Amino acid sequence: MKPRAVVAIFVVLLALAPIALPEFYITLLNYIGLYALVALGLVLLTGIGGLTSFGQAAFVGIGAYATAWLTTAANLPAWLAPLANPWGGLLAGLVLTALVASLLGALTLRLSGHYLPLGTIAWGISIYFLFGNLEFLGGHTGIGSIPPLILGGLELRDGRQFYFLIWVVLLAAVWLTRNLLDSRSGRAIRALKGGVIMAEAMGVDTGRAKIVVFLVAALFACVSGWLYAHLQRFVNPTPFGLHVGIEYLFMAVIGGAAHVWGALVGATLITVLKQWLQDLLPQLFGATGNFEVIAFGLLMIFVLHRAREGLWPWLARLLPEQACRPASADFRGETLVRRPVPVAGTPLLEVNDAVKKFGGLVANDQMSLSVSAGEILALIGPNGAGKSTLFNLITGVDPPTSGEVRFSGQRIDGRNSRSIARMGMSRTFQHVRLLPAMSVLENVALGAHVRGQQGVPAAMLHLERTEEARLLAEAARQCERVGLGEHIHDAAGSLPLGKQRIVEIARALAADPSLLLLDEPAAGLRFLEKQSLAELLRQLRTAGMGILLVEHDMEFVMDLADRVVVMEFGKKIAEGLPREVQGNPAVIEAYLGGVD
Amino acid sequence: MDLQIALLLGQDGIVNGAIYALLALALVLVFAVTRVIFIPQGEFVAYGALTLASFQAGHAPGTLWLLLALGVAVTLIDAPASLRLGKGRLARLLGWQIVYPFVIAALVLGAEPKDWPMLLQVALALAIVVPLGPQLYRLAYQPIAEASVLVLLIVSVAVHLALVGLGLLFFGAEGSRTPAFSDASIDIGGLTITGQSLWVVGASAVLIVALYFFFERSLYGKALRATAVNRAGARLMGISTTLAGKLTFLLAATIGALSGILIAPITTVYYDTGFLIGLKGFVGAIVGGLASYPVAAAGAVLVGLLESFSSFWASAFKEVIVFTLIIPVLVWRSLTTHHVEEDE
Repeated sequence: MKPRAVVAIFVVLLALAPIALPEFYITLLNYIGLYALVALGLVLLTGIGGLTSFGQAAFVGIGAYATAWLTTAANLPAWLAPLANPWGGLLAGLVLTALVASLLGALTLRLSGHYLPLGTIAWGISIYFLFGNLEFLGGHTGIGSIPPLILGGLELRDGRQFYFLIWVVLLAAVWLTRNLLDSRSGRAIRALKGGVIMAEAMGVDTGRAKIVVFLVAALFACVSGWLYAHLQRFVNPTPFGLHVGIEYLFMAVIGGAAHVWGALVGATLITVLKQWLQDLLPQLFGATGNFEVIAFGLLMIFVLHRAREGLWPWLARLLPEQACRPASADFRGETLVRRPVPVAGTPLLEVNDAVKKFGGLVANDQMSLSVSAGEILALIGPNGAGKSTLFNLITGVDPPTSGEVRFSGQRIDGRNSRSIARMGMSRTFQHVRLLPAMSVLENVALGAHVRGQQGVPAAMLHLERTEEARLLAEAARQCERVGLGEHIHDAAGSLPLGKQRIVEIARALAADPSLLLLDEPAAGLRFLEKQSLAELLRQLRTAGMGILLVEHDMEFVMDLADRVVVMEFGKKIAEGLPREVQGNPAVIEAYLGGVD
Repeated sequence: MDLQIALLLGQDGIVNGAIYALLALALVLVFAVTRVIFIPQGEFVAYGALTLASFQAGHAPGTLWLLLALGVAVTLIDAPASLRLGKGRLARLLGWQIVYPFVIAALVLGAEPKDWPMLLQVALALAIVVPLGPQLYRLAYQPIAEASVLVLLIVSVAVHLALVGLGLLFFGAEGSRTPAFSDASIDIGGLTITGQSLWVVGASAVLIVALYFFFERSLYGKALRATAVNRAGARLMGISTTLAGKLTFLLAATIGALSGILIAPITTVYYDTGFLIGLKGFVGAIVGGLASYPVAAAGAVLVGLLESFSSFWASAFKEVIVFTLIIPVLVWRSLTTHHVEEDE
């Protein structure tokens, strides 16, 4: 049985449920659907994007109150009159949510990890009290007699009718989310958790990717609120308080925060458990109150201690094996447009008197070097000589303290790594920076990110399949080129370290760079692998690429490089042809120590 | 508003601000040493106040059963390891986690603390609530001490939720107020300062000074500071990060419970009051970037003042105003932070 068949059976069961089940279960399923929609947003935000929000209930509240107010207010200003119906309410809610989420995101997403959740806690409390104290929103009593939704002439007055709407919306949201994740923008989002520096070096705007997931999650929550308002036909502040926001996060984490279906599992479990505990615990304790939070708190602690991935991975093992290739991997896509190749000998990179200080430590002191098109320049030196620091200041990870860096004739010192990458400079990292759970192909496709244009809306609707096919085809070609053809569907983290370095090279090549910076590419490679790497680099040189290489393997360097620059203690101590450098007394002293 | 009212509001703000400042210090301390954002801080405030109120009402507080239960849980988890480390370790474990709670229980149930002098009641309330701190650290945080800040934060929220639910179970939905520590009041130029206000501000000041000396002068204080600066480095120097964690939670629980006991005569404390109080300490702590003690304390006093003045002008929006204060603070921090962050 294929995964598609499982989904099909699930959908058929859902469609049959209203015929077979009594009212109570339909109501329960309605709530599960509404909660799962919010939790789905959190899966995207927290599980995949690595950003945590306790304030999603507030966005649900905005969605619910927007439509509640617009459809019931007695004397709306004239300019709002066209919105005085459920669809106008939905639109207004979405716009308002997008505004608030953009503002909140702009404020907190640039700060380190824990400011966003803290900000959302404060925001969740504020908006709860705001709902409760604004007179035109009915204060703590809320707003009643909200009109029912009318769909194709049918008034959705009872839960059974509403059921279909809720679940169609939820399944559509699942579909949109899955599409988004399986796309160029989705790869950028998946890089947010643990791959920000790498993604920026591949030209990905990670700040924008964060805002995108935050917005999508907020909008899902808003739609859930809109549905809730017209299902209940009554709103008050209680379901939009901070504790409900916390419950949404629990649903996502317990269900399996990194998996789209985890949202559904979590929402189901928490909703059913809550129903059951609310009956059981007050009897048990002989008092009334929300005692189920004790159980939820303990359950959550247990899950985070013992099964941080949540329940979904464990359930998924019972399901048929997921096909390991991405659904869209079609490698017959046309080739992407290539950047014009500069004539061999054109200067590409010029570093002039670059200085980098960390406090009192001068890591790079008056460093100068240049690389031309069709040339391999090797940068060598003992450990701690400042080679990686120089790499970082060329690629924009750390700006130089003073001095000048030029690339293709333009000054690039002070620019961020993203814009430098877009100009045609691509790099690998000394400490491999791959996304270990993603396939080799997808990792390499991240390198081709700058060569695509299609944005999030197109990705969610899968309208960008031609471009996506081209990107994946390009990634597959680069994998073949570096000899990883048989591994493209393996998880990148499962490869041996040497091969992971090669994946990094393929990823850099997928960006179609004119200048390639390689930080110790041969480390961990076996003899034959080194030979084929050298062969590849020679081909690239012939094709007109400039290559700056940091490497400790002297045989590899001396056979390959056109020129060699030697560093020690942050300074350049020699420069020249490999043969000249090998005979240079200063270099020999740096490597072997002085002769007494 | 005339000067009279302004002074009154100012006094109110400073008294509340002093409590928020204490809590903010505890939050900064816990975060610095353990990277835990200690959301349950507020529950210690409520537990402290309500445990004291229970004594005065003449019944045994539910926190006593929690102390016993957590003691048994810690013993069950730690006994095998302690046994391997020698009989002394096991004796210490049993002493603190089994004997101590039972002695306290015997005292509460047998000796009628209702009739005790106030100070002894306070001591007994602290003796029950404070050990919950290290016990919680052992059970909820220690097994995942190396997890990311975000995971620890989610655990904190879970612990908070469980403790609020237990608070409702222990103390019911009704609030309590305890008698003032002193009925004296001073009259300065038409402004009446109550004895309880002086108690709160005075006790906060004493605690802050005591903490200062603890961190500057004592070996354990220095060990905690070392852990805050560099966990791995501190461990290499023989400082146990587990001990540091427990000690920090002990301090945080003490500060929390004491804060609750101090405010219980001023305001009615409900089982879930602590959360909002703790969060206001948080707003102060965030002003200090979760790193600077003096700025956090100043921020907390600012929160107190803002709260009392906004309760005069726009009482309904008091909480909204206080929690929205965090937004300009975050703007300012986002404008002054400029590095690419790599989350672990």
